[in-house]
Amino acid sequence: MRNWFKSGEPWVWMTAGAVALSLVMVYAVVWLTAAQGLVHWWPTPVVETTFTDRDGTKTRLIGEVRNREEVSLIRLRESGYTIESTDKFTNRYLFKQGNRDISGVDFKWYPEPMLGEFTYPKDVISVERREWGNFYGHLKAVKQEGNVVAEGPQAWDELQKRLERSNDLFKQIVSIEKNDIGKINYKLERLRLSERKLEIQDKLTADAKADFEKKREELNVEFGGIQERLQALREQIERDSFVATTMDGQEVEVSFAKMADAILPNDMSVFEKTSHYIHKLIEFVLDDPREANTEGGIFPAIFGTVMMVLLMSAMVTPLGIMAAIYMREYAKQGPLIQMIRISVNNLAGVPSIVYGVFGLGFFVYFLGGNIDALFFPESHPAPVFGSPGILWASLTLALLTLPVVIVATEEGLSRVPRTIREGSLALGGTKAETLWRTVLPIASPAMMTGLILAIARAAGEVAPLMLVGVVKLAPSLPLDGNFPFLHMERKFMHLGFHIYDVGFQSPNVEAARPLVYATALLLVIIIVVLNLFAIRLRNRMREKMRGLEGV
Amino acid sequence: MNDANQKTHAMDFSDMGRTPSAPTDEVAISVENLDLYYGEAKALKSINMKIPKNRVTAFIGPSGCGKSTLLRCFNRMNDLVDICRVEGKINLEGKNIYDKDVNVALLRRRVGMVFQKPNPFPKSIFENVAYGLRIMGVNDKEVLTAAVEKALRGAALWNEVKDRLQDSGMSLSGGQQQRLVIARAIALEPEILLLDEPASALDPISTAKIEELVDEMKDKYTIVIVTHNMQQAARVSDYTAFMYMGDLIEFGNTDTLFVKPTQKQTEDYITGRFG
Repeated sequence: MRNWFKSGEPWVWMTAGAVALSLVMVYAVVWLTAAQGLVHWWPTPVVETTFTDRDGTKTRLIGEVRNREEVSLIRLRESGYTIESTDKFTNRYLFKQGNRDISGVDFKWYPEPMLGEFTYPKDVISVERREWGNFYGHLKAVKQEGNVVAEGPQAWDELQKRLERSNDLFKQIVSIEKNDIGKINYKLERLRLSERKLEIQDKLTADAKADFEKKREELNVEFGGIQERLQALREQIERDSFVATTMDGQEVEVSFAKMADAILPNDMSVFEKTSHYIHKLIEFVLDDPREANTEGGIFPAIFGTVMMVLLMSAMVTPLGIMAAIYMREYAKQGPLIQMIRISVNNLAGVPSIVYGVFGLGFFVYFLGGNIDALFFPESHPAPVFGSPGILWASLTLALLTLPVVIVATEEGLSRVPRTIREGSLALGGTKAETLWRTVLPIASPAMMTGLILAIARAAGEVAPLMLVGVVKLAPSLPLDGNFPFLHMERKFMHLGFHIYDVGFQSPNVEAARPLVYATALLLVIIIVVLNLFAIRLRNRMREKMRGLEGV
Repeated sequence: MNDANQKTHAMDFSDMGRTPSAPTDEVAISVENLDLYYGEAKALKSINMKIPKNRVTAFIGPSGCGKSTLLRCFNRMNDLVDICRVEGKINLEGKNIYDKDVNVALLRRRVGMVFQKPNPFPKSIFENVAYGLRIMGVNDKEVLTAAVEKALRGAALWNEVKDRLQDSGMSLSGGQQQRLVIARAIALEPEILLLDEPASALDPISTAKIEELVDEMKDKYTIVIVTHNMQQAARVSDYTAFMYMGDLIEFGNTDTLFVKPTQKQTEDYITGRFG
């Protein structure tokens, strides 16, 4: 035993154990988020059964079983159920019964002994609606302008056909609302601002005023035209509806305008399920959110996250590298620079929310407020840069990650062999030429390391962003087709905040839970992709420096 | 031995003092009362010497005797050391290189240097050799190509690398790397070439190649070489300076110095009694 300790074997086991534990934890995180998040769109069979309530009334129940847990019978009896059994425990099921507009609750627990036999009728439809969540029921008929066009077994085929048409119309409506009307609103707003500007400067002559009036009139006419087109489309999409019976036997009519998708969950082949799944997954990545973020996609959040990280990188890299160059190459190495270096290192340990507070106080209120007062007096009292936005968020995160870049770059510069610097100087290079032509290229992989660390930190940061620019739902992306295309003052959505919002601030926690995991997984994937990209870049740089010791 | 060595040079001992100063035909560098301090410590003590033009001069002496320090004074590489201070004069064509109005970058183009360990840049072979020219502002592709070929031929490396000029300079062997940095230095066509123990990190075959090269180059350049290896000094140099503890003890014709040293310390050193 003593010999075993002396051999160093336990030490090897301990270190290897630490590696194994880290690996297990990382895989656990990815596996958990993937398992919980990715199954969400797989069509689950819809159960039809009966439920006997406390007072003995029997009702029909249709829904997806979402969860099962053990529950003590004593507790059930205490809550009023009469159950004859000698067991101590039984199960209860969480049903997603949908139809929130009719029954009020779409998720509910039911004790197993009170449920009847589970059946899976093939004609149950599961409809994804644009409002009120899912709808479950038996399809009865499809109507056009109130007249039945298909009934019974034919109804499903008819529904699918008409669904395609209504979805097509819906896309057109969204596109008009988002692009055309958005553009006109934007132009009108700019027109108002330029008029107000002239007014403030006391240059608003009658001519100019008339000109503005004319332009506004033109835009309004254009707007009217679009409104008419929109109205026509809306009428068309409202043309069709379907009738279905819900679990409590009510006949309900649902307009096609409200329907996003419909499936027969109990009558799908694996192939159909797969294609549905992929379709939903793509929708999740590319669509806008609906229903207080609990449904639809998360594209704006992905876009916001990536754009914020890129802006942050563009700000922090030059600043950090220049600071590091001064500190390592030009400043006299002494107690002062040592103190600065220690301070910079310590900045990396400051809690991120502190940066958020600083960003809000300094960037948003002070800088932004002054910018507004100086350059945008016309939009007063509405703030332009004086309110949180993507510019300030990126700047705050750039500040947060600055120490990382400085430290990594300094490290890289200090590792450039002295002999290489001397070689360049001996060839008649000045200090600056030596820096540009040899030292910086050699240190570039280290700079990339700094950037990689900065990206990893910034992309996962949420707390400071809540103060300086992230919102639950942004009306428009910070990058669009309206001049000047990049709108740095706009608020944006972020995956990290989205997770928090959907998971904890959502009105419908049960419905949102799988989305939390899916969003978390996506955030991890995006950070990994950004990092891989940077790492590839670094490796290519390193390849060039191969053979150089210490780099 | 080469034929330059077989000639007996006229010895000029007029200003020798305790340190016999340079014999010579024509003077490339003349050092006058050079003192060098590292902080408080005096590393070079009133050095006087004249380094002959188009000859190979070797500096020998035990570690820490100041031979490398003296060499690095000739192109002012000591400027990089913060605590280093120089007093006295080093004249290059009559102009003191420590004068305030001297452009150090220009000086270093005239006085090339090769270091102990090969230090090619992490660039292609071509770019390594073209480095100094590019800094001078030469960017014409044809001029560069011609200059690179000439320098590589001058450093006896052309035949080995002509087909892979775009490969990294780091991919060459140690001896080739050292010839590459020599090529890099002579691409600027300097007047003087300083070699700081150029072969100490190399194997015997590479060492022999470098020595051969030194011999070939002395027609065009004044070469000053610092070496640990006395046989090497005897093989390649025309003149040898022996330094000890910051003093220049003896300086003279290599053959004379090795065969009949005038100073006791020199004799002790070359016969291996210390050092």
